[in-house]
Amino acid sequence: MVEVKQVTKRYGGKTVVDRVSLTVPPRQLTSLIGPNGAGKSTLLAMMSRLISKDDGEIWVEGKEISCYRTEELAKKISILKQSNHIAARLTVNELVSFGRFPYSRGRLTREDRNYVREAIRYMELEELQNRYIDELSGGQRQRAYIAMVLAQDTDYIFLDEPLNNLDMKHAVQMMKVLRQLVDELNKTIVVVMHDINFASCYSDHMVALKDGTVICEGDVSSIMRNEVLHRIYDLDVRVQTIENRRICVYF
Amino acid sequence: MKKWILLLVVLSMGSLFVGVHDLSPSALLSGDQAAWEIFLISRLPRLISILLAGSSVSICGLIMQQLSQNKFVSPTTAGTMDWARLGLLVSMILFASAAPLVKAAIAVVFAFVGTLLFMTMLDRIKYKDSVFIPLVGLMFGNIIGSVTMFLAYRYDLIQSLSAWLHGDFSVMMEGRYETLYVSVPLMGLAYAYANRFTIAGMGEEMATNLGLRYRSVVYAGLLIVAVVSAIEVLTVGTLPFLGLVVPNLVTMYYGDHLRKVLPLTAVFGALFVLLCDVLGRVVIYPYEIPIGLTVGVIGSGIFLYLLARRTKRYV
Repeated sequence: MVEVKQVTKRYGGKTVVDRVSLTVPPRQLTSLIGPNGAGKSTLLAMMSRLISKDDGEIWVEGKEISCYRTEELAKKISILKQSNHIAARLTVNELVSFGRFPYSRGRLTREDRNYVREAIRYMELEELQNRYIDELSGGQRQRAYIAMVLAQDTDYIFLDEPLNNLDMKHAVQMMKVLRQLVDELNKTIVVVMHDINFASCYSDHMVALKDGTVICEGDVSSIMRNEVLHRIYDLDVRVQTIENRRICVYF
Repeated sequence: MKKWILLLVVLSMGSLFVGVHDLSPSALLSGDQAAWEIFLISRLPRLISILLAGSSVSICGLIMQQLSQNKFVSPTTAGTMDWARLGLLVSMILFASAAPLVKAAIAVVFAFVGTLLFMTMLDRIKYKDSVFIPLVGLMFGNIIGSVTMFLAYRYDLIQSLSAWLHGDFSVMMEGRYETLYVSVPLMGLAYAYANRFTIAGMGEEMATNLGLRYRSVVYAGLLIVAVVSAIEVLTVGTLPFLGLVVPNLVTMYYGDHLRKVLPLTAVFGALFVLLCDVLGRVVIYPYEIPIGLTVGVIGSGIFLYLLARRTKRYV
């Protein structure tokens, strides 16, 4: 269980995240939505100790996040940022193997190798596993990163804009994989999403941020409404139901 | 890997019998006193210092490139060597009678602080062009170098300074090279930390995600670099571009997984310096070209090639 209580982050004089409280529903896919600069990425970064918070508490499975040893937390929460540009030339297999670092500190046991093999199989990367990641396409590379996170075997997976730079096909593929991780492997996933329709089609729970505060949260049907979306984005949005999915038209 | 080690061993053996004084294996075997003296006082120390300096400096370059995520950062192009020299000079001025190890320690502090300063600068620079970074580092290093030069003039220490400026193995004799042994445990430490360096090379966020204490790993890496650089400047002198060229050539073919490429880098570094040294010994026989020059010429040539290759790929 991850609980955020009254968390605040300031940069200079500007409050980027302002007393946000939120409970991440377990074994569900939660989307953080909202306009640019709403504080979504900052919030996610604080929830995964990548940056420190100025105020408030974040509880991860009954313990405040700052009380964790960083290597201990790496077994509970994994985080991928939007700009995963790794300059190092590593093969897919090597990259995924580093996902086991929190457990093995570099010396892979047979069990570690099993996790790595399983993650590579799950993300359908077997044929690419000996290729260098800088030789892969954007979609393949994104899959390799997800495989690394899978090998890390955390209950919580936080992703900052996982669809960034992906074309339609790969974006759909990515969301289906995330859905599977929740439905088959019981993971709890939180994603920062820009594409509201992707969020609508694949999430269980949605949290809308604006100007550093949560302005509403709930299941898809409670957020995907004309008046709610208007409030979030300051834009006239019409929500249509197409094949039982709520799609919003805002063009 | 195996064939490279074999080549290194063969070349090392051969290098023991190249020099002004005629020394042959048979003389050694027959127990010739004079031959043994030359062998133990000059030839063997020279070989050992070549192997140690070549491998440890190359490993430093590899660590720096990994930590900065920039292929053009090395002890030469980040000013580490210049800082070490400044430190040595300062220690000579302030503590002229101190033991060599104390002087080395002061040089280590300077090299560490200077390199850290450069790395912090790297973080701040928005314009992360891969060619731009080493140029900034070289300029930075030259500023420090001119400060050192000025101090050396003022205190009449130009001669010591030039010894640290140009690497030279001809002076490596019994009693002068032993400090280099400090780099052996450091290389071991670098290997033990190899996985951590690789992860740190994925960036601070990725490293934190994997439960790595990013800052302390970076400090550990830079400390290794600072100690090796200071010792090298103090004993051999500068081997320019060595820490840049060797790791680049190795990682170009073998990737950036340090557990895998660190031993290779050590072997290639030793091989490269040994070849340059033997070359310097035979080109104008019976005289010698100092190693700093041969490594510098060949190294900067390869550096230019790497630069050209980079620009072609990214423009």
